[in-house]
Amino acid sequence: MNDEVIQLGGKKQRTFMDKVKEILPEGGNLNLCLTCGACSSGCPATGLDGMDPRKFLRMAALGLDEEIAKSDWPWMCTMCQRCIYVCPMQIDIPQLVYNARALRPREERPKGILGSCDMALRNASTSAMGTAPDDFVFVVEDVLEEYREAQPEFADMQAPIDKQGAEFFLNQNSREPVTEPDELVPLWKILHLAGADWTYGSEGWAGENYCMFLADNDSWEHVTKTTVNQANKLRVKTFLNTE
Amino acid sequence: MTFSVRAGLKKFNLEHHFEVKNIYEYYAKWIREGKLKVSSDWNKDLKIKFTVQDPCQIVRKSYGDPIAEDLRYVVKSVVGEENFIDMQPNRSNNFCCGGGGGFLQSGFKEQRLKYGELKDKQIKATGADYCIAGCHNCHAQIHELSEHYGGHYPVVHLWTLICLSLGILGPNEREYLGDDLKEVNVFHPETAM
Repeated sequence: MNDEVIQLGGKKQRTFMDKVKEILPEGGNLNLCLTCGACSSGCPATGLDGMDPRKFLRMAALGLDEEIAKSDWPWMCTMCQRCIYVCPMQIDIPQLVYNARALRPREERPKGILGSCDMALRNASTSAMGTAPDDFVFVVEDVLEEYREAQPEFADMQAPIDKQGAEFFLNQNSREPVTEPDELVPLWKILHLAGADWTYGSEGWAGENYCMFLADNDSWEHVTKTTVNQANKLRVKTFLNTE
Repeated sequence: MTFSVRAGLKKFNLEHHFEVKNIYEYYAKWIREGKLKVSSDWNKDLKIKFTVQDPCQIVRKSYGDPIAEDLRYVVKSVVGEENFIDMQPNRSNNFCCGGGGGFLQSGFKEQRLKYGELKDKQIKATGADYCIAGCHNCHAQIHELSEHYGGHYPVVHLWTLICLSLGILGPNEREYLGDDLKEVNVFHPETAM
């Protein structure tokens, strides 16, 4: 038990929770909590940093904004939305968490996430590993050529980049082209056998988006816009995600 | 990615002329249409058991239970229905593994492994030899959980198993298969590096 009594400010101020309510549809139902605890009982982040989803929401409702801003827990919640899924009142705790991440100045957010977002902003690939479009194109062409030769049944296999009018615009997690290029091949083979008309984009090909995790809206928008513009430019029918 | 694009299109009101889909749906479609002639015969005698992680971003946060059913249809088609064991709970009600939300890069490793303990227990309770993870964040996290908590179950991508079941998985495309599957149904074994 805390020895200190928590003081709730006398004068009603606009709190963090009020601000989040303003930007969410139906106010994220943030003031409808029945305190049943279904969220916390099924949350893998319960207990980390002495926190759980119900407690976090309660702190916000009580206007304990400083404590929320100081807490590292929003970075231990993955915003997986299981709490909303089981909540009888559909309370959007993950959006509360997302906005709590943004309470700290950008440069004080976790270095790893920050670094991966900044890498994605370096060039048009939007890769969290900073890989340039040319390097991606080179790896894809190199691996494709190698496999066409080594496995003659796949001599006609394609891995198109910027193919106009393709049905599918496929994105690719950077991990394969950068660290394990052989792992690119099984997916290409599947697409080849299925007769899929697909393409990568030389821009916006990277499948990961750490700027969203950083709660940096401008950068998230930039990354998503880059890939969406490329897909629009190629006039694809379907934006196809592998994950 | 599925989620960041779908949510981003809506949040930032971005003009676009395409639909956003996930490939599980197409894997299932192509198998149903006979374009991917997968077979689970390779596992008839081996009887290696598999469970699958429902990625939060794709199932609960995007397409719901129907895509979880597609995922199961694909998995059962490639490993054999009798060799698939579901985690409990599953589908839209599944637990996150702890690899999402940037947790892998946040620096809170100890807490991340603690978070994942529930997932590790869930996987072990199935008794499966392998966990299939279709998402890179899940893959990295569950792989680490498997080492950290001593289960040592291999964690594999779905495309690896689809190609294995098609008999077209080469010797250098088996990074995440365990020793029991390194030599099974190898396509062009002479190209091993």
